[in-house]
Amino acid sequence: MNNKSLPYLLLLPATLFLAVFFVYPFAQIAVQAFTAEQGFTLQHFDKMATNWKFWPSFWNTIILAAIVVPLQLVMALAMASIVAKLKTGRNSILYVFTIPLGLSDLAAGIIWLAIFEQSGFLSSMLVGLGVVDRPVLFLGYQNLWVIFIAVILAELWRATAIVMVILVSGMGLIPKEYYEAAEVFGAGPWKRFLKVTLPMLRPSLQTALILRTIAAFEVFAVVVALGGTSLPVLVGQTYDWQFNLRDSGGAAATALVILAISIAATLVFLRLLRTPRGATP
Amino acid sequence: MTEARSVDVPRPVSDITAAGRFLFVAGVVLLCAWVLVPIYLLLVNTLSSPQEVTGFPKTGLPSFNLGSLQFFAQFAGVGAALWNSVLVAVLTMILSIGIGAPAGYALSRFDFPGKGAFRMLVLMTRAFPLPLLALPIAVMFIRVGLDDTPIGLALVHTTLAIPFAVLITFSIFSGIPLELEEAAWTLGCNRLQAFHKVVLPLVLPGITASAIFAFTISWNEVFAASVLTVQNRTLTAFLLQSLNVSPLHLRFAGGAALVVPALVFIFAVRKYLFAMWGIANR
Repeated sequence: MNNKSLPYLLLLPATLFLAVFFVYPFAQIAVQAFTAEQGFTLQHFDKMATNWKFWPSFWNTIILAAIVVPLQLVMALAMASIVAKLKTGRNSILYVFTIPLGLSDLAAGIIWLAIFEQSGFLSSMLVGLGVVDRPVLFLGYQNLWVIFIAVILAELWRATAIVMVILVSGMGLIPKEYYEAAEVFGAGPWKRFLKVTLPMLRPSLQTALILRTIAAFEVFAVVVALGGTSLPVLVGQTYDWQFNLRDSGGAAATALVILAISIAATLVFLRLLRTPRGATP
Repeated sequence: MTEARSVDVPRPVSDITAAGRFLFVAGVVLLCAWVLVPIYLLLVNTLSSPQEVTGFPKTGLPSFNLGSLQFFAQFAGVGAALWNSVLVAVLTMILSIGIGAPAGYALSRFDFPGKGAFRMLVLMTRAFPLPLLALPIAVMFIRVGLDDTPIGLALVHTTLAIPFAVLITFSIFSGIPLELEEAAWTLGCNRLQAFHKVVLPLVLPGITASAIFAFTISWNEVFAASVLTVQNRTLTAFLLQSLNVSPLHLRFAGGAALVVPALVFIFAVRKYLFAMWGIANR
């Protein structure tokens, strides 16, 4: 075996695998969304958009992402800055902060269900403090906004860790000299954060924002665990089309909508946070 | 900086006033509590009897009654679901390392035309909502007879895990100096022997971490598992399916069954989490 062909042989399995299980299914889902028996059609999209749950689920998904992702960014920045300052117990605290990273969204939903359900810990605490005199039904369809808040809390709790991990490793790449220089010129901690950390973190922020926004558009199990069907979201709609309505055309169309907003968000972040040429350390 | 201080004695970066230090420590404690308390509450519910789980008010202390767990363990389908979850996760682990590690090695050791294109393909998978792929793949599997099988689901989970496997193994192999391999070649090893005798022992811990990470990805995945399995449900698919029909104590015990192994996994791979994201940024 000569050295010229070896790298290609090593890459072959991964490339073939991704072609069969990544590229091909995407082509297929696009074809499926636009075709019916008589050829090209927009009927699946028509059907999808006129389903009364589509627009609520669309806006719920967008609003959830629009609230969760910025909050996560702020929290993760705070956590990463704290970790950077720690001298004792850095590893233990870092481990605690990363725990939710390994948990499934379904588990996170169930965990917050333990807190928010009618006989749960939040009700118990409020009764114990004398705020209310009997258990409150938080997650009923009458108070959609409480379900909304519960989902936001669960998502913040579960997925801030991944943003933090990306930011911590990004901060590790910033040369110490930059901070020393900033300090020599009299920059305080806050100014150093704004003028050194944030601009230098640009590539990490970009990665984190793209990953998190796409994942936020995929929110599903948390919502089902906390709100059942009261709070429709796009992936839930896809699931509904596939299994309850047994219509894979509708499912494919909805999946394409999620794909479209994911790509749009990716492009926005790529453009917004692009690193100027030659600015990397 | 308004206060006057002598220029030749710069204040150390970590010089924090007492109030600042208190705020800092309070912040750390608060954030740790934010992560840990919800998990603790889930475990309290899991270790209480079914009556206590639906009872009110809650004390916040476990009674160490195993009623809920017993109910969960004996519930129809739970044993099979647990077994399926483990089986799919192990298959995913083997597939993603078997396919991903050679690619990681190639990326770290060779320069060749098409390298950039392959990296792009791997990174692109991160910009797509992958679980949705389960829909067309379900159709494909029915045609080839892989529907509702652990290996079928493992193939989809491998798509989720491969980008991570490639990136982690790439960073691990990059950490082994090429000179070590070259020294083995000059001492008479061929490429395969050098890899087996010199590189493999050095990278084994990192490869193991990457394998555990692949296991965790599969263990936690909900959407594709629910789409692709009907009879052979995994634990996540089983729990999702029974969410609105099962009693609360079953859900909490099921949640704990998902969480506790994941806590162990993430502890095992904690060292490698940062290396892998550092590389993914570039």
